[in-house]
Amino acid sequence: MMLAPAQNLSQRQRRRALALVAPALLMIGVFMLVPMGIAMVYSFLTPDSFGGVAPPVTVESYIRFFFDRDLDDTLRFDPTYLQIFWRSIFQAVLTTLACIVIAVPFAWYMATRGETTRKILVLLVSIPFWTNMLVRTYCWVLLLRDEGLINMGLQAVGITQQPITFLYSDAAILIGLIYASLPFMILPVYGTLEKVDFRVVEAAFDLYASRISILRKVIFPLAMPGIAAGTLLVFIPTLGAFLQPDILGGGKKLMIGSLIQQQFTSSRDWAFGSALAVILMAAVLASLIWAALKRERMEQLG
Amino acid sequence: MKCVRRFLFGCLTTLAFGSGGPAFAGGELFIYNWSDYTPTDLIQKFEKETGVKVTVDTYDSMETLLAKLKSGAKGYDITIVTSDFVPIFRDQGLIQKLNISQIPEAVNIEERFTKLPFDPGNEYTIPYDWGSTAFMINTKNVTETADSLKLLFDPPQSAKGKVGMFSSPGDVVALAELYLGLPFCQTDTANMKRVSELLEKQAPFVKTYASDGIIDRLASGETWIQQVWDGDAARARLNNKDLKFIFPKEGALGWTDNVAIPSGAAHLDNARLFIAFLLRPENSALVSNFTHYKSAIKGADKFYSDELKNAPELALPENTEIKFTPTCSGDAIKLTDRVWTRLRK
Repeated sequence: MMLAPAQNLSQRQRRRALALVAPALLMIGVFMLVPMGIAMVYSFLTPDSFGGVAPPVTVESYIRFFFDRDLDDTLRFDPTYLQIFWRSIFQAVLTTLACIVIAVPFAWYMATRGETTRKILVLLVSIPFWTNMLVRTYCWVLLLRDEGLINMGLQAVGITQQPITFLYSDAAILIGLIYASLPFMILPVYGTLEKVDFRVVEAAFDLYASRISILRKVIFPLAMPGIAAGTLLVFIPTLGAFLQPDILGGGKKLMIGSLIQQQFTSSRDWAFGSALAVILMAAVLASLIWAALKRERMEQLG
Repeated sequence: MKCVRRFLFGCLTTLAFGSGGPAFAGGELFIYNWSDYTPTDLIQKFEKETGVKVTVDTYDSMETLLAKLKSGAKGYDITIVTSDFVPIFRDQGLIQKLNISQIPEAVNIEERFTKLPFDPGNEYTIPYDWGSTAFMINTKNVTETADSLKLLFDPPQSAKGKVGMFSSPGDVVALAELYLGLPFCQTDTANMKRVSELLEKQAPFVKTYASDGIIDRLASGETWIQQVWDGDAARARLNNKDLKFIFPKEGALGWTDNVAIPSGAAHLDNARLFIAFLLRPENSALVSNFTHYKSAIKGADKFYSDELKNAPELALPENTEIKFTPTCSGDAIKLTDRVWTRLRK
């Protein structure tokens, strides 16, 4: 917590600070730590055959993530789940990169408009939130399918003769994920760029910087805090997404989100589902710590 | 399987019907049924005949019903349990014996529904309605002879990317087991390996594993060979006359929804009265006309609406066997999960 050094605060000030952060702590405790704790406990129990968990305590769920248990109880390394995790991470990285590429120029455009235009643009970016995610994902089905709007348009204009199959592919999943995450990248980047003093760009021009180096050495570093925040907001939810893989991917390839969902529904194995969630959480946490450490080193060097 | 559809299409409102008619037997009856599954005219007729005041409450999944009855909720006299869940409710002592021998109307039940594995002899339940799962083809694009599940699991090269399967592993694996001639709920790894190989061989032909939007995909020609419920098949055919529901020679998967009396029901006599009432063909047909699923009561088809009477999907040929899927053990579910995960890794 970023409070001032405690010894400098009087008793009363300290109590007031505590009262002010109490609601936030309560929220984090009740809505984050408690469910995470439950998942952690469940992952070490044995699944009950009709859903739920029961004793005894076991690490079987974690063993299952890496190994296939044969009939004679020998363990064999099984890359199935790692493969599914790898696919999800790959999709999440691609989604995040695509969002950065689209969002930064767009946020720059927004930030450089006048007051009124800016307000309208922010409103437009947030309009998708008015409609449920499930409905919006289904709309992509209507757009992308063989008899969908895009194919009908392409054929009407005469670009294609036969419908192109977009739907139920990795590309369709990616489109859905980028679409869903884009506002979460645009808004933080815009929030950062909006506060930028644009005279620094003029100064760079005056000092004969090329357009490319202005982008690289001025605008990009200025947008960096927004990009970092946006990356967190895009990467982590995308990693656990299951709507887009199921609806736009046709359920043909599993991602972590669908895999966890499957354990809690048809497979009735809450213990393994919890273990998968815990492993995912650990992976995300590890990558965040790694990124933070790396950044700290960079700052020390630079 | 139906829970998915109810959840998408059904309304989640709780219906309460007012009382009406003269009091003969009197008293009350509390029914707990799927949402959007209890016809109003059926309840009104029962109230008028018996003078019993009926209240209907609804649930949206078997899990909800299980949780509610397990928590010790006593207020219900009649509930509907889907076939694969009946053994769970029975073994946990949540439903009671009907004393079916004392209900003379029980002779109206079609014979094959009196010896189903989950409740032989209708000791605990009587059928409310039933349906089957097989597949449908688009005859314009698929000209091969269609009489076997082979067409679905080993499709012709021309149908690559035009096959549709359900998204629930249980339904897909059960149909594959039926095709391979294996008993349901395999716990034998060697047999399950055959199921796994069959599905992996089929996978390149599959456009999507999805249980919703099937009618739409069939009607628009996005899928040519599609695993489907008979009721959905009938609705898809109304939109595209090239579609044909296939009764495979290996048989079709079946399910029933069943009427049961929860343990500790307060109005036992009225519950029995309602069961006897449902066992009369004209009343059972009211259920079918509303839910669009078939009745298991002899002679009910005479009272079907024209839409139901004229649906070839519901006219099961005499020689087609309906195999009712049981509740799988934890071990069988675990194997199914492995097959299903490997298929989509």
